[in-house]
Amino acid sequence: MSEQLCLSVRDLSIAFRSGGRETLAVDRVSFDIVKGQCMALVGESGSGKSVTALSILRLLPYPAAHHPSGSIHFHGKDLLKLNEKQMRAVRGDDISIVFQEPMTSLNPLHTIEKQIGEILLLHRGLTGAAARARTLEVLTQVGIPDPETRLKSYPHQLSGGQRQRVMIAMALANEPDLLIADEPTTALDVTVQAQIIALLKDLQARLNMSLLFITHDLGIVRKIAQRVSVMKDGKIVEQGAVEEVFNAPQHPYTRALLNAEPRPDPAPPRPDAPMMLETTDLKVWFPITRGLMRKVVGHVKACDGLTISLRKGETLGVVGESGSGKSTLGRAILRLISSEGPIVFMGNELQGLKFKEMRPFRRNMQIVFQDPYGSLSPRMSVADIIKEGLKVHFPDVPDRERDERVVQALIDVGLDPATRFRFPHEFSGGQRQRIAVARALVLEPSFLVLDEPTSALDMLIQAQMVDLLRDLQKRHNLTYLFISHDLRVVAALASRLLVMRHGQVVEAGDAAELFRNPKTDYTRALFAAAFKLETAPEGVVAQ
Amino acid sequence: MDVKTLPKSVDSEIEPGIPEELKPDAEPAGPIGLTALPRGFEFSPLNARRWRNFKANKRGFWSLWIFLVLFVVSLLAEFIANDRPLFIHFDGKSFFPVVITYPDTEFGDDLGTAADYRDPHLQNFLKEHNATEIWAPIRFSYTTINDRPPSAFPSKPTWLLNAADCDFAAKNGYSQCGTLEYNWLGTDDQGRDVLARLIYGFRISVLFGLILTSVSSVIGIAAGAVQGYFGGWIDLLFQRFIEIWTSVPELYLLLIISSVLVPGFFVLLGILLLFSWVRLVGLVRAEFLRGRNFEYIQAARALGVSNGVIMFRHLLPNAMVATMTFLPFIMSSSVMTLTALDFLGFGLPPGSPSLGELLSQGKANVQAPWLGLTGFFTVALMLSLLIFVGEAVRDAFDPRKTFK
Repeated sequence: MSEQLCLSVRDLSIAFRSGGRETLAVDRVSFDIVKGQCMALVGESGSGKSVTALSILRLLPYPAAHHPSGSIHFHGKDLLKLNEKQMRAVRGDDISIVFQEPMTSLNPLHTIEKQIGEILLLHRGLTGAAARARTLEVLTQVGIPDPETRLKSYPHQLSGGQRQRVMIAMALANEPDLLIADEPTTALDVTVQAQIIALLKDLQARLNMSLLFITHDLGIVRKIAQRVSVMKDGKIVEQGAVEEVFNAPQHPYTRALLNAEPRPDPAPPRPDAPMMLETTDLKVWFPITRGLMRKVVGHVKACDGLTISLRKGETLGVVGESGSGKSTLGRAILRLISSEGPIVFMGNELQGLKFKEMRPFRRNMQIVFQDPYGSLSPRMSVADIIKEGLKVHFPDVPDRERDERVVQALIDVGLDPATRFRFPHEFSGGQRQRIAVARALVLEPSFLVLDEPTSALDMLIQAQMVDLLRDLQKRHNLTYLFISHDLRVVAALASRLLVMRHGQVVEAGDAAELFRNPKTDYTRALFAAAFKLETAPEGVVAQ
Repeated sequence: MDVKTLPKSVDSEIEPGIPEELKPDAEPAGPIGLTALPRGFEFSPLNARRWRNFKANKRGFWSLWIFLVLFVVSLLAEFIANDRPLFIHFDGKSFFPVVITYPDTEFGDDLGTAADYRDPHLQNFLKEHNATEIWAPIRFSYTTINDRPPSAFPSKPTWLLNAADCDFAAKNGYSQCGTLEYNWLGTDDQGRDVLARLIYGFRISVLFGLILTSVSSVIGIAAGAVQGYFGGWIDLLFQRFIEIWTSVPELYLLLIISSVLVPGFFVLLGILLLFSWVRLVGLVRAEFLRGRNFEYIQAARALGVSNGVIMFRHLLPNAMVATMTFLPFIMSSSVMTLTALDFLGFGLPPGSPSLGELLSQGKANVQAPWLGLTGFFTVALMLSLLIFVGEAVRDAFDPRKTFK
């Protein structure tokens, strides 16, 4: 082949030592990246894909991590054999990396100019005007609008998408031969994700750079990569050209991944069912205060005049970009944050009730949060976590019966009841989310707020979660308020849809109808980004 | 639906069970115990790891053991250094002078005061009656004055006496070398056995430190929890109050109060408590501020769990890690404070066994180095042990720490 190899990984293994135990995280993987091409590394969380990427730059916690076998050849040098000083010369100059979380990968105390300038200074010795010129150049390249004024900005003044662009600009500053992108869009909105993908694809082609793209989303792979390697349990189970692998998957796991799309089968709208929840002109305004006397100078309108209604057995999907007030709406309805405007739940007005007076209603309205790692107390066993609500609402029920209900709830969500004495950290993300659902279900609520319950999960597990939620809805006649930015999941569950932007309703109506005929540009842009990974013209969605 | 009643069971057409398609989710959930039994009093895996890490730190682990042994020994001080016998048996009667105070009429005297068992008269009486006596290894309590010293007070440790000292004793009417009671670490300037005072002093220091630490921790944690959890005005006002409070000069206040009240053990404890509780507040407050927006706290609120329960059951364990890390250091500084006050003479009432007083005697009697050296080594050992334990605890609680 005339193609020039950029990176060649052979038989790479990675093992971790902890507490005298040795765990093999990656088991003899081999792959090549051709110059100017993009290779995607796909797999579920824990499959070892990020660790593989980090080991290319030797960023693992050595000596707890070590390589029992293998080599990483980059332009003829074995990176595993370089000393620390030689390795530093490679990092950020020849090979650079973009991480998943734009919120934490920029130093909050440094301006954009300083962050990018540091890399230029380290590897090229650029300072002053020269560094500034190069910084402006890369910022323009990554599409930061008005880069001169942005130079003096701090990370918190930028949106998530812009921060990720700055991260990419930092990575590009020294024109690396290889860019490693470790799930660079997972933390972003669908609309922003589409923009970032388009940007990376464009940059890769223009700079003739190689790209190692790590993701669990096959839609992205199809969009950006030429070659793909599928990882499972530390091994590459299948690799090849993207079309080949997608059209004729050989390994059962690849096939399962490809079939992991959430199956659309939403609950039908029920115009004649009893009203479950109604809000009229619901407002959540956070005051902005200035000066010594803390005078209110304005408000952040997280929710601004939302009128919604939800009937028993329906699912109302709430979609929108981050910051559109979706989650605020869910929490305001549950009275976890204060709001204005009537909230009528099963015929009772909730607004103005005290914490104690709310308690009887809480049994009927429950919430499942986004982050399965954060929503379970790490110091309580699963049984205790699920039992907690029972203790509050049924203090007279004997402990024996409570335990039976915990078992029933675990069976309901498809977990083995024998595991209930374990602690949350012993479960995978999907299992934890099931525990969170069980905690809500054990009280036998009729209304459930699902606040992005699938977005922290892998594709395969997302689909399972959607099936589970739908199954539970049918069995227990539940009413859902389903908040998500992932439209594929919403399409699979929602009977009615509410599209939000800046705290206001942009569009609302029957889900099936709305998906067919979106009326506003904003909704159309959301749909295009979610289903086709296409970007919208400027100004329609947040950048 | 009435929210108060609960249907007995959910009627479902679908057979409950684990659907087959859910199995791929079952990522191996860790090699730790697959038992279906409740884990009662067993360590949680997290704590087990911490305990392993703690044990892996040999210095801290052994420091803890040495400290515990010393502490337990000092708790039994009455059975180790006492001027009363542990047990006397004569005339078919048993006596336990170490726990019961007997009048000397029991032993042939007629004064009716508490018996002085070191009195030669009483000793002769017991000998005449063929009594069985069991004494503690050291026959001095912390107040006992050695009335047959080889020299003027402070007198040397008995094993250091040389021929010149014996000559001196013989010539100047002090007790002869062969007839002396052993003072392992000599006597202080009032003729009391230094070793006995040391044992009692160690005990009082550690107990004082323990009580001060635990009470001030409880108050500090409670105050910090309330501030952090509720935030807002409560937090703002409380923080300002603490700022003012901590700027009150502690030492001057102590001097003033001790001139009005007799500074006994509990008065001193109370005064120091007034100021020491603030130390943990900031730490616990920060943990609660951080933790109150965690999703599992939100989830608990959504379940209707009351504030008190949330604070105690969900948030406190988070704060405990930071607190536990600090405790040994707070303990050692409490011990230090007491020693310093005793040294300056504002501490425990005169006559009480105290390490600080021993140090100040060492300073006043440079010709008697056993006083200063004993005090120094004891305080140094005690504080070092506590610091080593503290370091080990800190490292064991550090989640990033990996042991090779």
